[in-house]
Amino acid sequence: MSNTSTVEAVPHQRHGLAESLEIASLKVPFRIKVAAVWLVIGGLLLGGFFKSGFDIAWMVDHAFAIFKAVWVTIAFSIIAIACAVALALLGALGRVSRNPIAYGVSGFYTSFFRGTPLIVQLFLWYLALPQLALGLLPQQYATWFIWPAQVAGIVGIAFNYGAYMTEIFRAGIEAVPHGQAEAGAALGMSPGQQMRRIILPQATRIVIPPTGNEFIAMMKDTALIGLLGTTLLWADPFRMAQLSGKADFRNLEALIAAALVYWGLTAIFSFFQRKLEERMSKGYVRHGKGAS
Amino acid sequence: MTAPLVRVSHLRKSFGPLEVLKGVDMEIGAGEVVVVFGRSGSGKSTFLRCINFLEEPTTGNIEVAGISIGAGSPTRHRRKQIQSLRKTCGMVFQQFNLFPHMSVLDNVMEAPLRISSDSSKVVKDRAMTLLADVGLADKAAEYPIRLSGGQQQRVAIARALAMKPQVMLFDEPTSALDPELIHEVLSVMRSLAKDHATTMIVVTHEMGFAREVASRMCFFHEGVVLEQGTPEQMFDGSRLPETQKFLNAVM
Repeated sequence: MSNTSTVEAVPHQRHGLAESLEIASLKVPFRIKVAAVWLVIGGLLLGGFFKSGFDIAWMVDHAFAIFKAVWVTIAFSIIAIACAVALALLGALGRVSRNPIAYGVSGFYTSFFRGTPLIVQLFLWYLALPQLALGLLPQQYATWFIWPAQVAGIVGIAFNYGAYMTEIFRAGIEAVPHGQAEAGAALGMSPGQQMRRIILPQATRIVIPPTGNEFIAMMKDTALIGLLGTTLLWADPFRMAQLSGKADFRNLEALIAAALVYWGLTAIFSFFQRKLEERMSKGYVRHGKGAS
Repeated sequence: MTAPLVRVSHLRKSFGPLEVLKGVDMEIGAGEVVVVFGRSGSGKSTFLRCINFLEEPTTGNIEVAGISIGAGSPTRHRRKQIQSLRKTCGMVFQQFNLFPHMSVLDNVMEAPLRISSDSSKVVKDRAMTLLADVGLADKAAEYPIRLSGGQQQRVAIARALAMKPQVMLFDEPTSALDPELIHEVLSVMRSLAKDHATTMIVVTHEMGFAREVASRMCFFHEGVVLEQGTPEQMFDGSRLPETQKFLNAVM
């Protein structure tokens, strides 16, 4: 009762347009607004495309060939990640080793392959390695090092990502508390047994989420392999887009189609990556079934 | 008198410029329970860790169960010797150091499975017996994180015993435990000493345990064994002011 007068004392104001919008906006959930922003960006882009003569019929005709090349990306990525994991494991063991050869080799490996551009490395494997081999080896052995573009490309990606992942794996190994190896040592286990049975299993849990991130980045970088000039059989979506886009002068359509392939792939794997990270982050849980 | 089971001679250990052990000699016979005590920084944990070469002695010699190893460089032969010596020493750590990725049973079975020539059936039966001995047979399938600190430490004791060691080294086994969990670990250790006549070297501040179980007590002070004797001699007849001061502080 007592504050009635106070309320009346505030003069009634008409809302300005900006203010009305602000009030209306408060009722719309944040997610909806974000979705609207995406829609606007998409609309603007599409509008721009069609204004520039975006040939939807051409895209429908040619997009399938570009989309189909996704299997090349997947094959490149899986082979390369398998090799990169193996290299990173060796590299990380070298980085934590007190053997000067192992430590030195792994140090050189990570320094060089993290310190030079991936595209340069790809051409080194593809064009420079054969020259080196021809200079050093008898002809029949030198030809072993003359590789098709896709092989040089996969090897190049694997070595490059292996170098980055070496540091991830090294950090994972070092994150396992020192007492763990000590407990194994005190039981009479050899250093190799301590590593295999105690440290690596625990390090694996730690490195799986960042390794997933590397895999997603690697999938996109496989597009660089096309720049070595892969044949049609091993043409990835980017290479396909270049080939067909240039031929018909439909670069916008072709490259957008290729971009969509990579975008879709990374979206799918990012989703799984998030799920994986959620699972891993739970760590060694105390609760759960069978609790006593 | 038979040869001692553990013989530590002229043991010195420096960490950089800091000399932690300044010449320790000790002989421990089979069945003895030696309690090592002293202020933090007195070198008692380092002493224990030198016995199984978790710390490399700077100079001196360690002999356990007939395996004698001097301070030296880590050659392949010497590493093998150290590994053999470690199999004769069970060690229990302050922080338990159980393997978190293995079940309780696998923790106990791991070392004998990898190192001994016993069949997995024999190893498993023995592990279950040991877990029963420490009162945790029903936890065999659990993972360490689901156990209390006291239970984890009892598993750690079973794990160390699984290698059939000739001497057990305890590095402040109850220091990381909540007070109400200490007694369950001490009672397992008491039973080891009294019922199984296990040779034990125990770094601890549990003076009640020492009085009851120790056959000898060694007071470490500034890197040397300043005084040693039976619990009666130490508690009632200690002559040195440092020992008296420390005992008054912890009791």
